[in-house]
Amino acid sequence: MEFLLGSYRVLDLSEETGWLCGKIFGDLGADVIKIEPVGGDPARNIGPFYRDVPDAEKSLRWFAYNTNKRGITLNIETEEGQGILRRLVETADFIIESFPPGYLDSLGLGYSRLNEINPELIMVSITPFGQSGPYKNYKATDIVAWAMGGMMYISGDPDRPPVRVSVEQACFHAASQAAAAAMIALHWKESGGEGQYIDVSVQECVNIVNFPEMYFWDAAGYLAHRSGARRHHANITQRDVWPCKDGHFGWRLFGGRLGAKTNAALVEWMDEEGMAGFLKEVKDWQTFDLGKMTQEEADKWEEHLIKFFLQHTKSEIFNRAIAKEMHISPGFTPKELLEYEQLVERGFWTQVEYPELNSAIVHPGDFCKFSETPLQRLTRAPLIGEHNEEIYEKELGFSKDETILMRERSVI
Amino acid sequence: MPSKLPLEGIKVADFSTQVVGPLTTKYLADCGAEVIKVESMYALDLIRVTIPFKDGIVHPDRSYGFPRLHTDKYGVSLDLKHPKGPEIAKRLAAWADVVIESFTPGVMKRRGLDYEEIKKVKPDIIMLSTSNQGQTGRYGTHPGWGFQTLALAGFTHFTGWADREPVGIPSAYTDYLAPQFAVIAILAAINYKRRTGKGQYIDLSQLEVGLLFLATALLDYSSNSIEQTRCGNLSSYAVPHNAYCCKGEDRWCAIAVTNKNEWKTFCQILGEPEWSKDDKFSTPLNRKRNEAELDRLVEGCTLNFTAEEVMVLMQSKGVAAGVVKSNKDMWTDPQLRHRDHWPLAPPHPVLGSLRCPLPPYKLSKTPAGIRMPGPCLGQHNEYIYSDVLGFSNEEFVKLLNEGVFK
Repeated sequence: MEFLLGSYRVLDLSEETGWLCGKIFGDLGADVIKIEPVGGDPARNIGPFYRDVPDAEKSLRWFAYNTNKRGITLNIETEEGQGILRRLVETADFIIESFPPGYLDSLGLGYSRLNEINPELIMVSITPFGQSGPYKNYKATDIVAWAMGGMMYISGDPDRPPVRVSVEQACFHAASQAAAAAMIALHWKESGGEGQYIDVSVQECVNIVNFPEMYFWDAAGYLAHRSGARRHHANITQRDVWPCKDGHFGWRLFGGRLGAKTNAALVEWMDEEGMAGFLKEVKDWQTFDLGKMTQEEADKWEEHLIKFFLQHTKSEIFNRAIAKEMHISPGFTPKELLEYEQLVERGFWTQVEYPELNSAIVHPGDFCKFSETPLQRLTRAPLIGEHNEEIYEKELGFSKDETILMRERSVI
Repeated sequence: MPSKLPLEGIKVADFSTQVVGPLTTKYLADCGAEVIKVESMYALDLIRVTIPFKDGIVHPDRSYGFPRLHTDKYGVSLDLKHPKGPEIAKRLAAWADVVIESFTPGVMKRRGLDYEEIKKVKPDIIMLSTSNQGQTGRYGTHPGWGFQTLALAGFTHFTGWADREPVGIPSAYTDYLAPQFAVIAILAAINYKRRTGKGQYIDLSQLEVGLLFLATALLDYSSNSIEQTRCGNLSSYAVPHNAYCCKGEDRWCAIAVTNKNEWKTFCQILGEPEWSKDDKFSTPLNRKRNEAELDRLVEGCTLNFTAEEVMVLMQSKGVAAGVVKSNKDMWTDPQLRHRDHWPLAPPHPVLGSLRCPLPPYKLSKTPAGIRMPGPCLGQHNEYIYSDVLGFSNEEFVKLLNEGVFK
């Protein structure tokens, strides 16, 4: 079978910030070689772990974002290691890295040097703030990138500190944008261009998520701030997240044609149960104008609606929403997602074999469905140095004795 | 050597509205693709009728959001419900390499514009449909906006404090993570077509793409039956790890201390207060156990400085820290300014010059640029229908009079 990017090779030198970028290429069928430092990527030691056992070979985050890659170890801080990397670059189409700006240059492995070896090479650097500018040497973890990209200030309860998302997010925005940028560079190269260097800033990638708030300040001088499960719309603050009997769901009250169908169906349901109350006074939802609502009224509506929602479970609300085509979606937990019929029917969940663990683990599957060229079926992430022999001996032609010596010298 | 815009030559007929499709084609257009946004005054793009408006006057050409999401695209109006609408849409598709749409699944088929139909006029077309939950499956046609998908995909469950209701991410979150995958999918399909001559159909589910961003937590459930939940700003591997209140009104600095050396440096920066030597905080485990107390003590220090001062103090010694920036702060952020991330676009006919975001990547030889703000409704009808698609004057006027271009 021919894959979308079956003829390309990617060297993935990235730390966790870039893992997803390499994985995307692997899913598209490219030959992705994950290059880890000797002993393995330090981020393998961050939990959670399979069966909750801390072990560099059992990191679930490693498992999740390094499928469809081969793995080798290489100490690029040794001259010998640098020589090997340069040899690998000769046959590579892409190289992905996420070291601090200037680090690879200092090892003689910067873009200008690698470009001399392979002018077709597309090099992608992912760093917290990019390769230039006053913050270029600043460090960032997820919480710092979320803060500096503008997403954190608006998230959380007003009486507590701003919050990030409890599962790290910033690096995935950056890694997926980096993959898109690399595809753009590939298109140009294949159109008669050449290789080039791509500079991706995590801060800028997070900032895109904050896009509407950005122009709300610029155009309307509106300072967005955090207001719990509520959001500011027009002149009022109202909920995006609503509680119900056994959890929460997503819905926003809209006026006019946008909200008419949902609002009418909701009030009809409430009326069936004798709980519509003053909401029945709205005669025409098509002309219902949220812009005329005061905050006092909005609060009264909220209280009234919540009384009704607390009588119903997520699945009751969702079933009604489906039947009446209402703009309401349940707030799922991981368990509910794994069991969600829609995802099961689409074959989204993918079983990945882990022979070393005598087990299989269900992973999220394809990021898109392609009619002609299915994505590469997921194979588990590489063990530390799993493909050293394959790459160093079979491909680069080192003898067994040489690789043993290289291992002893901590080159591989 | 080809042009200096990397995607020049790619032609896109864009029937999408709102955010996912438009942001996808914005990225493509800013990189040189020729994108025609097809819309109708009878079914206005939601963003055209969303606040804020210039002078508060509600009008499709006065929304400040729309032109920023549609930079570098041409705009035509076309009523797909008009008897002749689909036929014109097919002529656009025949011109294009890529068709993109974001209707509720089933709508394009009802208009006779699904992949099978479009393939008849353009056999090697690449067509991408983006929707909340994909084109198939029992709930594929359930209507949804990004802030709903946010809940559906589990992000709401994961945002907020453990002892409180979830707050969710205040954004139509999946709308801003799906577009890059659409770009990847389209360009991978173009690459494949270059080799094989074959087009194809791409089904993007915003829910499914979103789940890639929660994969670790999903694996924790699928392999360990552990149902993770929101935990405020706690981190499994960093402590202190929070946003700390600073001098001023609602000013905060995020700080993450991830290892022994950073902890030592962090304490030095704070002037090695007595408490920092307390056994309660001597190891990561002890700091984790007493994290709430530690947070209060750290905040006792940060409150004496501005958030900017705390950031600089920390960063100058190599501790990760960053001002929790408001939407106002972002406009004066020295880093974004230096990198010209929101350059000034050429003037919009109604709104004047607007700062619009570049795609968040800098290609050294073929950088993206903003050459046009988003179009007014039907702004390029004559150019596109006559000059690009080659309609005769007579035909154009006839169709215009019949009300097809509305």
